[in-house]
Amino acid sequence: MSIGCIYALVALGFVLIYKATEVVNFAQGELMMLGAFLAYTFISILGWNYWAGAAAAIFCMFFVGNFVDRIFLRPVLGQPQFSIVMVTIGFGYMARSAAGMVPGWGTETYAISTPFSSEGMSLVPESVGSLVISQTDLSVIIATIILCAVLYAFFTHTRLGVAMQASSQNQLAAYYMGIPVKAVFSMIWGISAAVAAAAGILLAPTTLIDTSMGFIGLKAFPAAVLGGFGSIPGAVVGGLIIGIIETLAGFYLPPGFKNVAAYVVLLVVLVVRPQGLFGQKTGKRV
Amino acid sequence: MRFLFKTDYDQDIRIAKHSGYYWSYGLLLLIVFAAPFFLEGYYIGQMTQLYIIAMAGVGLMLLAGYTGLVSLGHAAFFGIGAYTEAVLTSNGVPLPFMDEPVVFPFFLSMPLAAIFAALAGVAIGVPVLRLTGIYLAIATFAFALVIEEILSRWESVTNGYTGLLVESLYVGDLELTDGAPFYFLCLGLLILVLLMSINLLRSPTGRAMMAIRDSEISAQSMGVNLARVKTTAFALSAGVTGLAGALFAHKLGFLSPESFTVFQSLELLVLVVVGGIGSLHGAIFGAIFVLALPQGLAILKDYLPTSIAETPGMEPFIFGLILVLVIIFEPYGIYGRWLKIKHYFQMFPVYKKATFKRQKAYMKSERLK
Repeated sequence: MSIGCIYALVALGFVLIYKATEVVNFAQGELMMLGAFLAYTFISILGWNYWAGAAAAIFCMFFVGNFVDRIFLRPVLGQPQFSIVMVTIGFGYMARSAAGMVPGWGTETYAISTPFSSEGMSLVPESVGSLVISQTDLSVIIATIILCAVLYAFFTHTRLGVAMQASSQNQLAAYYMGIPVKAVFSMIWGISAAVAAAAGILLAPTTLIDTSMGFIGLKAFPAAVLGGFGSIPGAVVGGLIIGIIETLAGFYLPPGFKNVAAYVVLLVVLVVRPQGLFGQKTGKRV
Repeated sequence: MRFLFKTDYDQDIRIAKHSGYYWSYGLLLLIVFAAPFFLEGYYIGQMTQLYIIAMAGVGLMLLAGYTGLVSLGHAAFFGIGAYTEAVLTSNGVPLPFMDEPVVFPFFLSMPLAAIFAALAGVAIGVPVLRLTGIYLAIATFAFALVIEEILSRWESVTNGYTGLLVESLYVGDLELTDGAPFYFLCLGLLILVLLMSINLLRSPTGRAMMAIRDSEISAQSMGVNLARVKTTAFALSAGVTGLAGALFAHKLGFLSPESFTVFQSLELLVLVVVGGIGSLHGAIFGAIFVLALPQGLAILKDYLPTSIAETPGMEPFIFGLILVLVIIFEPYGIYGRWLKIKHYFQMFPVYKKATFKRQKAYMKSERLK
């Protein structure tokens, strides 16, 4: 369940970018990794409070996302989708090795000390039944819910959020209405990177931090596709379903299936219902 | 300067556009055929490796560069080809109606490896035909991950992570899979594959593939059977890559699933993009790039201060950087740059900068609302 929440958060990042800019960001996992490393820097190396460190990391990642859009993506705007995807893959390579080169980060594995213990606590009274969950997992679930609520409020109730929705629906029309579409794209990248950072920080206690952490990002593809690429609630539901399927496959099927279960689901979904659970069926413009 | 006058309709699809082609490509052939007599063993091995990677590149180029279907999972076909070859030529395969397991000779096993990979290509191609663009890329990506897991778990055949030894091949007393003989085998097959691709691309099927790349809907309106042409492209591409995989198996001599990961797929894709998407020259240039980059960096390291040279992860960083720079500044890759340089000298005093100027592109939505 908690791993599902992580998938959901990373998938949310994908979907935010895809919905607004029609770019599939293959470096989402790397953004998550960078976020986790920043948090590690603030909390463990500089010795800040956990909450302050996490907030600072998320804040910094917002600017990193902005920067990525400005530097790498704006020059290729309007080129075939595939070139843009390759740019994000290239950025992923760079981010992964750059994190390995930064002094203090390196290629080793690190942990962040969190205020949450990994001991189990029961959610319901003993008399009703046993439902035990560790505080770490609970923190992940609660944080996901809060983040989703904040994002939802942002997109429906603020001026900027509505502008983002507008530019994702029809860029040209949004541009004519006076929305600075390019700046909005950069903002979207920033938000997406911030969400990725939050995912990275939440994931840190479970898997620890290292440079190959970004591969979790690849698991978020099935989540995003299952929910219908381009649907925000779909990404969350898809992430949860993939997380549950994976856990069940680990329990009931022979070893090896756990790793590929998500991808098998992805292939099946693409063949049976390419628009996903919540996606809209779209035709192609000539 | 050379002026080409069109006097014949066949001129458009002729392989050699003018007499210069015979000279330049003839010289190139002469060089590559003479090379093993002058080079040391190490360089022969590197050249052989280059031909194998270039062949896989040609395979992906047919799909990504000419049909416009991007595959993020070509290492899977590469791996299928390699493992098929290894299994068929080593201990033999028990077949019905045979008392002893059959060990295939290489002239049978290599086509079989290619056919097997092509079948896998069709198997993944048919269900995902309805998908385009990014969905297709993700589907092939998932397929490659599943194949990778199968290669590592199906231990009775692939030996899992322990690895599988590949037997050397002999014709009489001559060892075919080492040194100069293997060089000529790879070179010959690469030339064969290139000729096949050139001929394919000037045939109706090849032109249908390019029509699909440029606009699926226009191609369909002009009567191109989308499903058939796409499946053909998938099968051919997978087959060529599988053949390259079969050669690769002999080059490595030892197979393990780690050689066929997602990174391999990405590397093939980088090869195609950096070499120059949409040209067979690009596949060769790209292969040279992929092979030469680590070596170039290793040489460069000797001249750098140790603090920089010793940093781990320098190589992927440069790899990613070059990829990004190429896409931003030279979307047609090394081959595009080569064309420009050639053009400069052909037009010498009067090079017109605008010849290759890109039209300003605007964001085009693929959504229909």
